[in-house]
Amino acid sequence: MTAMIDITNAEKTFTMHLQGGVELPVVRGVSFHVEPGECVVLSGPSGAGKSSILKMIFGNYRCDGGRIGIRHQGKVIDLATAEPRQVLSVRRSTIGYVSQFLRAVPRVATIDVVAEPLIANGTARAEARERAGALLRRLNIPERLWALPPSTFSGGEQQRVNIARGFISDLPILLLDEPTASLDAANRAVVVELIEEKKRQGVAMVAIVHDDEIRHLIADRIVDVTSFAAAA
Amino acid sequence: MAEPHNTMQDDQPLLIAEHLGKNYGRLTACRDVSFALYPGEVLAIVGESGSGKSTLLQLLSAQLAPSAGHVSYRMRDGVLRDLAALGEAERRFLFRTDWGYVHQDPAQGLRMAVSAGANVGERLMAVGWNHYGRIRDSASSWLERVEIDTARIDDAPRTYSGGMRQRLQIARNLVTEPRLVFMDEPTGGLDVSVQARLLDLMRNLVSELGLAAIVVTHDLAVARLLSHRVMVMKGGRVIETGLTDQVLDDPREPYTQLLVSSILPA
Repeated sequence: MTAMIDITNAEKTFTMHLQGGVELPVVRGVSFHVEPGECVVLSGPSGAGKSSILKMIFGNYRCDGGRIGIRHQGKVIDLATAEPRQVLSVRRSTIGYVSQFLRAVPRVATIDVVAEPLIANGTARAEARERAGALLRRLNIPERLWALPPSTFSGGEQQRVNIARGFISDLPILLLDEPTASLDAANRAVVVELIEEKKRQGVAMVAIVHDDEIRHLIADRIVDVTSFAAAA
Repeated sequence: MAEPHNTMQDDQPLLIAEHLGKNYGRLTACRDVSFALYPGEVLAIVGESGSGKSTLLQLLSAQLAPSAGHVSYRMRDGVLRDLAALGEAERRFLFRTDWGYVHQDPAQGLRMAVSAGANVGERLMAVGWNHYGRIRDSASSWLERVEIDTARIDDAPRTYSGGMRQRLQIARNLVTEPRLVFMDEPTGGLDVSVQARLLDLMRNLVSELGLAAIVVTHDLAVARLLSHRVMVMKGGRVIETGLTDQVLDDPREPYTQLLVSSILPA
């Protein structure tokens, strides 16, 4: 197997105990794979479970059945059954995740928010900050803002900080949840470029993108999530 | 890809709890708790008052004797030892050097009437440092690390604000480079603005020093920011455990769902 991600029959149901134990099936029978250098875009209407699938691949949502095979440090690890320590190790050196919203510690400077994943992996602080600055500049975040915490920024600026933080590492798998949702045309083009570069480096990506134009630009393959809808 | 200096890859647990329990007469404060903590790992124990989390912290840090079960700790020589079987000298070594204990109320972890420098230096003297200049240098560099103005080194902590006291308590604990730090509601008594700064500081120190930590908190935001893993306690039992973001974003147990859904949006 050369795939970076190989998912077989993964499923997820939420049980809402506060609503009288209502069962909320989200997805079942999720099966697809992603090769190195390939960008797979998940498609389907809102509520079809696209974000849930990304969160399952990141280990953020638990998987109730099936298998989520991830190539990690030369071996395949099943995230559906992995220990917390293994999931953390996978996140540190294999899977990056660009969520829709930035969640940062209140008073940390933007440049450090972006540099942090590199520092956590052992890059020297000065070099990590330099690379963070280069990426922020590319994403049109003016230098005078770098020392401020991103919580003071506009929605679009926060999203670009989030993208910079997600793209800075050299991780072999990237998960992108609406990376261009609140960006203008110029910044959308930068993100498309960044995705192209990651592909050339052999990074395997799974993305959710609503914008048809962006989807055509980045998708090597489209996986329709509707067929995994568990409620159907 | 390189995995440099990450102690979390260490395959040997640092601390192991096996079927730990504590009864006070007929009252069960804590029952059947088992887990392993690895070097560099931060574990949060969350739950409401009375859930048994503070009792558990005292059992884990050998301040209370368990009614059932064992706690084992891997000493610096690599040998796993049952805490109940340790001699007095070994126990003292743990408390003075290899462990830190951050109390909710800094007055419990500091000596309020002696200078900040002495509060930090005291732990070094306890492990045999005797060169005054070096002790003072180390104390002042630790004050800087916890963002306390070194001009205040000769002032007693009773003249400090709550946030400064808590940071001083952290410096006092970390100066001997412990491998494991216990924290009991470390941000509990502080203003929200002071909490954020302290959390950021603790988070950086823990990751820079590769510390393992066990943090008791009722505040899920603290657990999210500081911990890798979380254990949810209710009625003296661990009812749910897992990766912190997994438990908080995808809680499985009714009580955990209630806790998570009870957070007031900011």
